[in-house]
Amino acid sequence: MAKKKNMEEVASDGSRAISKFHISDVLIIVFIVILCATCVLPFWHVLVKSISGNGAVMAKEVFFWPKDLSFEAYTKVFADASMVRSMGYSVIVTLIFTILGMVVCTCAAYPLSKKRLKGKGFFTFVLMVPMYFTAGMIPSYLLMNDLNLLDTMWVLILPLIYSPYNMLVMKTYFQSSIPDSLEESAFLDGATNLQILFKIVLPLSKPIIATLSLFYAVGRWNAYGDNMYYIKKDSLRLIQYKLYLLVQGAEASIATSLGDVGGASNTTTPEVLQAACIMFVTIPIVIIYPFVQKYFVKGAMVGAVKG
Amino acid sequence: MANEKSAATVKVRTKTTWKNALKRDWQLYLLLLVPVALVVIFSYAAYPGLRMAFMNYKPAKGYAGSEWVGFDIFVKIFKDADFVRALKNSIVFNLLDLLVGFPMPIILALMLNELKFLKFKKVTQTILYLPHFLSWAIIGSVAYTMFRPSSGLVNIIMMDMGWITEGIPFLTEKYHWAITYLLIGVWQNMGWGTILYLAAITSINGELYEAAIIDGANRWQKMWHVTLPGIRGTIVTLLIMNLGRVMGSNLERLMAFDNTQVRDFQYQLAIYIYQKGLGNGKFSQGTAVGLFQSLVGVVLVLLSDKIAKALGEEGLL
Repeated sequence: MAKKKNMEEVASDGSRAISKFHISDVLIIVFIVILCATCVLPFWHVLVKSISGNGAVMAKEVFFWPKDLSFEAYTKVFADASMVRSMGYSVIVTLIFTILGMVVCTCAAYPLSKKRLKGKGFFTFVLMVPMYFTAGMIPSYLLMNDLNLLDTMWVLILPLIYSPYNMLVMKTYFQSSIPDSLEESAFLDGATNLQILFKIVLPLSKPIIATLSLFYAVGRWNAYGDNMYYIKKDSLRLIQYKLYLLVQGAEASIATSLGDVGGASNTTTPEVLQAACIMFVTIPIVIIYPFVQKYFVKGAMVGAVKG
Repeated sequence: MANEKSAATVKVRTKTTWKNALKRDWQLYLLLLVPVALVVIFSYAAYPGLRMAFMNYKPAKGYAGSEWVGFDIFVKIFKDADFVRALKNSIVFNLLDLLVGFPMPIILALMLNELKFLKFKKVTQTILYLPHFLSWAIIGSVAYTMFRPSSGLVNIIMMDMGWITEGIPFLTEKYHWAITYLLIGVWQNMGWGTILYLAAITSINGELYEAAIIDGANRWQKMWHVTLPGIRGTIVTLLIMNLGRVMGSNLERLMAFDNTQVRDFQYQLAIYIYQKGLGNGKFSQGTAVGLFQSLVGVVLVLLSDKIAKALGEEGLL
């Protein structure tokens, strides 16, 4: 009875708080709105710039609304075969990476989630060491060289598809969300471990599969360091690395694959073209982001539970 | 049936021999082979390469033909002005990152927690998490669009307002660069960093707040005396994890903000390893620096964990 009263007090306190609006509430809201603006306006500005006319941009008249609306820059980006191909290539690499990553992650997490597994401690140790200690860039580079993986697509995939962190998240999920009794009864009915995995565990693990697939996909999509030092071939460059080169090149002079396109017909300034390239790379992620964001939050929380 | 079940449970719980374990769980071991093979091929196989740090490694001669030099390489790198500069920059920038970057998510989480309109809270959170999902290539290129001295948006606006007559070299003069680089780092992580704190805040016992209200605490006092102590464990854990990174450096982030005017500060350990070690073929030196970096990282984590435990916190390990 006393408890119930307490709860009522909380509720009434909550509703009272809404009706009373302090100056501090305003301050907090202003503070947060400003921070949100810093997350949105820069991208909005680049977007606006990318669809503005060249003259207006040169005259520094473009702020947060397009002037002399023109999609010429995008026409050029899409006409540039190397940009479009690189985008397609990045999508393919990300897809293969994500699928293989999930397979490997399950192969590691499912056996290790079983308390009864003999040698579990040993296998866990073997699979966790790489999280805390890596050999570093140069030994890895020489290893990739020895494995004949340099300058191939696979160097962007194979070394990273096993992720100790993702494995921990999945293992934690299996242990905490799938009732042991369910598996035990299937076991007694004569199901094999693999049958239990495919028929019981995986169908019950859809949320974590979604989350981890996204971890894998976004991680691969955004990374370009390995692309930078493992791959010299132009045709194997990920879109992120192309963007990096484009903007870095532009700091000195516009000298990229798109440079001659922009330079030949002096109608689009490199700046507008650059903005279009930035958007070309940014828009895909911004479009899917609102839909997948909640899975990330969930994953981050599961990952925080100590393994 | 009931008997069978209990018998099976007992069998599972008693110590099984390898023969029985393999018979029962061979499929599980088969699955494990895949990740184990991958870590052996791609992680463990790289560890022997670490001996380069104790050799005068010449790629043409290979490991067998190169001579062992003990700790000479380490002596050499500590005499190398480039390394000392990279080390100094790494430590200074990482400490500054920690100093300005670590409190921000805590402050932001406390503020978000005070928001009363749930819809508004949800939308702002979604927006604030966004920078975490963009690559450093995107962030770097947007930053240049915003901060170029003559054509960057921020400078154009400030000039139009008459606040400045000449563009501020936010990213092209080293001290300005340092501040911009650090603030962008804070900005990138501030929203995402709140997640664990917000989760910790929701698990604080509501009765504590009620007691505080009865005692006449105002909003800020509640924050200071109830919320902050309530998330202290999370703060300590994350602090330990971050301390381990004081020696690390993010190559992609540094490269995204690279330009010739700021190399004095931008030259950090990851850049040293990439450019001098890999680019100039100084494999032994690059390996030694990498080894130094990861060992210091491991030691720092262990040390801060010890300290946290000595202070009565839960620690990480």
